[in-house]
Amino acid sequence: MRVNFTVNGRPQQADDVWEGESLLYVLRERMGLPGSKNACEQGECGSCTVRLDNVPVCACLVAAGQAEGRDVVTVEGLAEFAERRDATAPGGPEQGSGTGLDEARRWQPGPGGSTPLAPVQQAFIDAGAVQCGFCTPGLLVAADELLERNPEPSDADIREALSGNLCRCTGYEKILDAVRLAAARTGEEG
Amino acid sequence: MDFLRPAGWREALAAKAEHPTAVPIAGGTDVMVEINFDHRRPDVLLDLNRVAELTEWEVGERTVRLGAGVPYTRIIEELRTELPGLALASHTVGSPQIRNRGTVGGNLGAASPAGDSHPALLAAGAEVEVESVRGTRMIPVEEFYTGVKRNALEPDELIRAVHIQKAEGPQQFSKVGTRNAMVIAVCAFAVALHPRTRTVRTGIGSAAPTPIRARAAEDFLNAALADGGFWDSGAIITPSVARQFAELCAGACNPIDDVRGSAAYRRHAVSVMARRTLGWTWQAYREGNGRTVQCA
Amino acid sequence: MGAGPTPGKITQTSTATRGAIGESTLRPDGTLKVTGEFAYSSDLWHEDMLWGFTLRSPHAHAEIRSVDTAEALAVPGVHAVMTHDDLPAATHYGLEIKDQPVLAKDRVRYHGEAVAIVAADHPETARRAAAKIKVEYAELPPVVDEATATAADAPVLHPGRADHHAGHVPHPNIVHRQPVRRGDVIAARTRADVVVRRDYEVGMQDQAFLGPESGLAVPAEDGGVDLYIATQWLHVDRDQLAPVLGLPADKVRLTLSGVGGAFGAREDLSMQAHACLLALRTGRPVKIVYNRYESFFGHVHRHPAKLTYEHGATRDGQLLYVQCRIVLDGGAYASSSPAVVGNAASLAIGPYVVDHVDVEAIALYSNNPPCGAMRGFGAVQACFAYEAQMDAVAAELGMDPVEFRQRNAMSQGAVMPTGQLVDSPAPVAELLRRVKALPMPPERQWLTADDSTDVRALPGGLSNTTHGEGVVRGVGYAVGIKNVGFSEGFDDYSTARIRLEVINGEPVALVHTAMAEVGQGGVTVHAQIARTELGVSQVTILPADTQVGSAGSTSASRQTYMTGGAVRHTCQAVREEVLRRGRERSGSYHPAWATAELLLEGGKVVTDGGEVIGDLAEIVGEEPIELELEFRHRPTEPFDLETGQGFGHVQYSFCAHRAVVEVDTELGLVKVIELAAAQDVGKALNPLSVVGQIQGGSTQGLGLAVMEEIVVSDGARVRNPSFTDYLIPTILDTPTIPVDVLELADDHAPYGLRGVGEAPTLSSTPAVVAAVRAATGLPLKRVPIRPEHLTGT
Repeated sequence: MRVNFTVNGRPQQADDVWEGESLLYVLRERMGLPGSKNACEQGECGSCTVRLDNVPVCACLVAAGQAEGRDVVTVEGLAEFAERRDATAPGGPEQGSGTGLDEARRWQPGPGGSTPLAPVQQAFIDAGAVQCGFCTPGLLVAADELLERNPEPSDADIREALSGNLCRCTGYEKILDAVRLAAARTGEEG
Repeated sequence: MDFLRPAGWREALAAKAEHPTAVPIAGGTDVMVEINFDHRRPDVLLDLNRVAELTEWEVGERTVRLGAGVPYTRIIEELRTELPGLALASHTVGSPQIRNRGTVGGNLGAASPAGDSHPALLAAGAEVEVESVRGTRMIPVEEFYTGVKRNALEPDELIRAVHIQKAEGPQQFSKVGTRNAMVIAVCAFAVALHPRTRTVRTGIGSAAPTPIRARAAEDFLNAALADGGFWDSGAIITPSVARQFAELCAGACNPIDDVRGSAAYRRHAVSVMARRTLGWTWQAYREGNGRTVQCA
Repeated sequence: MGAGPTPGKITQTSTATRGAIGESTLRPDGTLKVTGEFAYSSDLWHEDMLWGFTLRSPHAHAEIRSVDTAEALAVPGVHAVMTHDDLPAATHYGLEIKDQPVLAKDRVRYHGEAVAIVAADHPETARRAAAKIKVEYAELPPVVDEATATAADAPVLHPGRADHHAGHVPHPNIVHRQPVRRGDVIAARTRADVVVRRDYEVGMQDQAFLGPESGLAVPAEDGGVDLYIATQWLHVDRDQLAPVLGLPADKVRLTLSGVGGAFGAREDLSMQAHACLLALRTGRPVKIVYNRYESFFGHVHRHPAKLTYEHGATRDGQLLYVQCRIVLDGGAYASSSPAVVGNAASLAIGPYVVDHVDVEAIALYSNNPPCGAMRGFGAVQACFAYEAQMDAVAAELGMDPVEFRQRNAMSQGAVMPTGQLVDSPAPVAELLRRVKALPMPPERQWLTADDSTDVRALPGGLSNTTHGEGVVRGVGYAVGIKNVGFSEGFDDYSTARIRLEVINGEPVALVHTAMAEVGQGGVTVHAQIARTELGVSQVTILPADTQVGSAGSTSASRQTYMTGGAVRHTCQAVREEVLRRGRERSGSYHPAWATAELLLEGGKVVTDGGEVIGDLAEIVGEEPIELELEFRHRPTEPFDLETGQGFGHVQYSFCAHRAVVEVDTELGLVKVIELAAAQDVGKALNPLSVVGQIQGGSTQGLGLAVMEEIVVSDGARVRNPSFTDYLIPTILDTPTIPVDVLELADDHAPYGLRGVGEAPTLSSTPAVVAAVRAATGLPLKRVPIRPEHLTGT
């Protein structure tokens, strides 16, 4: 089947999608966006967390066909998403800002763009919250959404919001540090 | 495999009538796991995400008609007052990401004895509204579960909504798992006080082939509370009564040994949870529902 | 539409520009990892790529009567189906003993063993085709433990063994046996005032890295193959693959792709041979990605163990003797079982001084899942038991458990039971003192400021099982000893190629090694070392591959020591060449060139007095300096097969923990409130990474203590191969982990450093269990602790 949806603000299309494929598979294998990770494919690790119509979900548990016509934000688009959110605050992020299909097809994830890292991305680097990095994309999407909802989370709030994201390397301490750091920096700016 | 995307409820019912083997998918939190792990290859997937009616609810005088597709997160955030037990249970489901997608309708459709919403529905009192092109049926939730991962749905039926009694007294939900988050129930227990009818109802998960009520325990407690005038006096429930209630709840279980826990532990844990949750709800009743516990 | 990074794009050359050794330095791959651009092995994509899939045995022990692939081959979209009969060359591989079939022939020996492989144009096509392969099995009774392995009528799992352990083991179903004997235990026993003898058990732990096994094999025009792979040791993969593929080693080229964690599970081959075989058979690139279910069958696990310990002590708290027997279950194939046995035996009594020791450690062959390397490698199982014993003996003596440990703690100059002198700092008593001196977390920490209950801070967490009822606090301590580097006479070395050149007028160091960066931060440290030794600000880390000499394995806490050592060693040789050139050109102009102590700093040649006498870019000029050198640690020797005596280990590392737990004693649920660690790291090259390693290692130990176990039962079948039922700690299970880092230099090691990664995984488990014992008064002789153990159900 054919599936059309918006990813990181750009319309995307995939053909010959097997009906049992997940959104995660389509993103990774058909759209050149492997940032969302395939660690468990059963909703028990959060590594594939994306925003689906703004809501954090496990992309492995969304059937590709269910994404038809929806907006998806992945870690590859997180910096831009955060920048647009800040630019349009408090109304929330502006969605689907008219990128043509051709442009979307040419678009590649890459450092070439001028978009700086989202605060939470920079904080993960600075706090040493990244080791192997496989859990990082999902954690970033989840942590960014937490800070969008709750700019000054308590440690317990952070732990609860990230309780669906497994990390096997860090023991989570530096992930907590990173989220606190991102919150503090955002607070200073605001 | 076919993938059907009905745009509305009528269309969904027609599709289900035409493809009785179609597997409905809403949040995907059960169905997609089975597909990803090659445990299931349905002929047809019936996507219910586009059926807007399913994600709505109506708060009536006595009940909440909860659309089958309302995600747990919305129950936690928006229905805590009307459905406190279900909100507590919803909060123990999987992870935030799972709670954003998973639904009570899906939990009922899967009918796993470990489904987190079942004990809360049993304790609160609920009926499942199922529908097909042939018409609508209301099935008391107790009768909905017919076996391990089996339910009372006919092949052409879909779950439209659940009618859950609005809380008129304190409710609680506890679940034992071997992790502090994101864990499948080893066993679970729910209790709801119904001061209007002066009854207490229970629900037990993962301790029998289906979710169950501990009816003997309820009968015992209802009689003991009535005989002792507890509803009027608001006195502390006698420890021996609470103990007996807990033991009867454990006695209602018919659990198995599996990798998640032993049968003996499940019985034991149900008795502990029954005693504790009864204590919490009764304390809240005595205090006029004052103290709340921040369950995150 | 093109998808995924192609192999050509995965050369994740990273340039880092700040941070010398000793400074907390940020990862050069950090930006790629937070933007989703870092190409892990499962992210790779190639034009015309096929998907490989593996058919696995549903039985733990069975004869294969027949395999019929005709129907599978007929499925449209299928390009190849291969069984044992299609193998072109060597049919077995293995790290030390080549006993593992590439594909099972006439017998399967564990649940999940690979039987056939399929290549198809879509993963679902490959799965459906594999389901059409008809395999006729005749089940055999499984060997599941020591009794069934050594029974009179036990089936011999590997008949006709010719490996170098075969001659000295008491039974062919025992992979290796290592005794360690010192002093006279029998005589010492008569002098003991207190004797404690107990049995312990450690369940099978999984590494549970988050990035499942995966890789992409691309057939090359020269008849060889290029494999892009997540592994721990590129060269040992290549050396096992080449014979299986029937190719010379130089036609099997491996490049490291992004690795989603390892922890020992990538030391053995998984899908490497299968992907290469299918690629060579089809002439197309083949990608294999395991899902989480398959991953549990795709790699070795931590050896489950049964241990019997007897400790004897005098009334005043001096340990007199330790006798113990450690039975490790190695499962169906040897993997690294012999080395795990060597560690378990030589480290069996812990970081204590005991004159009389009698240890026996064995590893079994069985029909359980193969076990091999996991962080802590043989020392974890022993540490759980000996630390439980230390608490038990202290209790018998009525002594404080920390004081009892300190009284018997080893220090520099102590002699190990193997006779090896501990010739560098061993601050065991000091580490314990430090964790004990920390303030305690507040009581009833689940109460919020407004006196309400936050269940997230209670046992059971979000599941709302207690509001404080039944909750009892306990505190426990433990300390452990781990060897660093490969032991027992292994020729352990690493290689670094360093190129110093001038780019845009700036001196730049290029570092090329085959070190597998698995998340530990070796790439950061290499850049720090190059900056420090060469005085440059720009360092480029080239992708790891087999085009440079071996770096050895990213395991045994050895890479900072070994490949870090190789980078340092080679940089120093490059520096000598810089100075030689400088002296040659400018020596007659400035007398300082003749002095010995010249340094490279800030792109200049400076004297130890700080005087600048030359410019690096100018000296290097148009003639880059490039050197590739090997680095070895001091040699070790094998343990004597009867006495276990020998200078077997390169270096020891020590970590101590204090665990504070709260236990719901009625429901048997545990919440770890704080897990404090103190560790001697010799020299922290990157303090930020060091702390991260200690916290991560501690958390894996916590997991083993309270939740992690692969359950094998019902005919040696794996019962919980998923993240639904194999549970690892979430952020709500993991407490605050304060870390106290000591830096007491080991003069034998580069910069005085001590390997960090593994030691924290040892003592964390027994500390948590000791705390739960303190809270419950139960003996708790098995990990992971289950609610059943705490509630008597």
